[in-house]
Amino acid sequence: MSVRVLFFASLADLVGKKELRLDASALTDVASVYSRCEQDFPRLRDHRGSVMSALNSEFAGNGTPVRDGDEVAFFPPVSGG
Amino acid sequence: MPRLVRDTIDIQALRRDIARPEDGAVVTFEGVVRNHARGRKVLYLEYHAYESMALKKLEELESDVRSRFAIRDIAIVHRLGRLEHGDCSVAIVVAGAHRSPAYEASRFAIDTLKKTVPVWKKEFYEDGEVWIEGGDN
Repeated sequence: MSVRVLFFASLADLVGKKELRLDASALTDVASVYSRCEQDFPRLRDHRGSVMSALNSEFAGNGTPVRDGDEVAFFPPVSGG
Repeated sequence: MPRLVRDTIDIQALRRDIARPEDGAVVTFEGVVRNHARGRKVLYLEYHAYESMALKKLEELESDVRSRFAIRDIAIVHRLGRLEHGDCSVAIVVAGAHRSPAYEASRFAIDTLKKTVPVWKKEFYEDGEVWIEGGDN
């Protein structure tokens, strides 16, 4: 099980990179991907309440299932326009 | 089709592309970079995007606007990268037979964009920089 994880804006600064690859069998849903990232980047825990998620370029919830090869993105509330 | 660009948005070209002889109203909205925000002087801005998703959400938004309002067409362009005071960050052109639905469609488009399109603004001040999170509305 391998997923590509993307971070944007303040979350990319906090993690220190814009993308990483996770290889782990315990990845079941979007929340499990975030939890796995928190192990490597504990400061992500501070953003749990506000982070937005996307799966393959569509908004996703914590319980959205992830599959091998998926792209999961985490980012703060958007501020374009 | 929406676009993400890194140079000046050519409003007149966008208007020419979209307008047709049967249109009686063309409403153009421009989001413009202010020189201040939240009581601080802003030197310049940077816009960053999750580009593939932003394009997808903009396509969905254009399609949604076309079906919701009695307009003929809509085009949205968002600029990314560094922008200075007075630069246009986003342009929305709506064309249709009558002004009322065109105004409503324009307002709906910018309000929805600010909530659903993954673009982020970073403000640069004399003494630092801050990512803006959430819309200012």
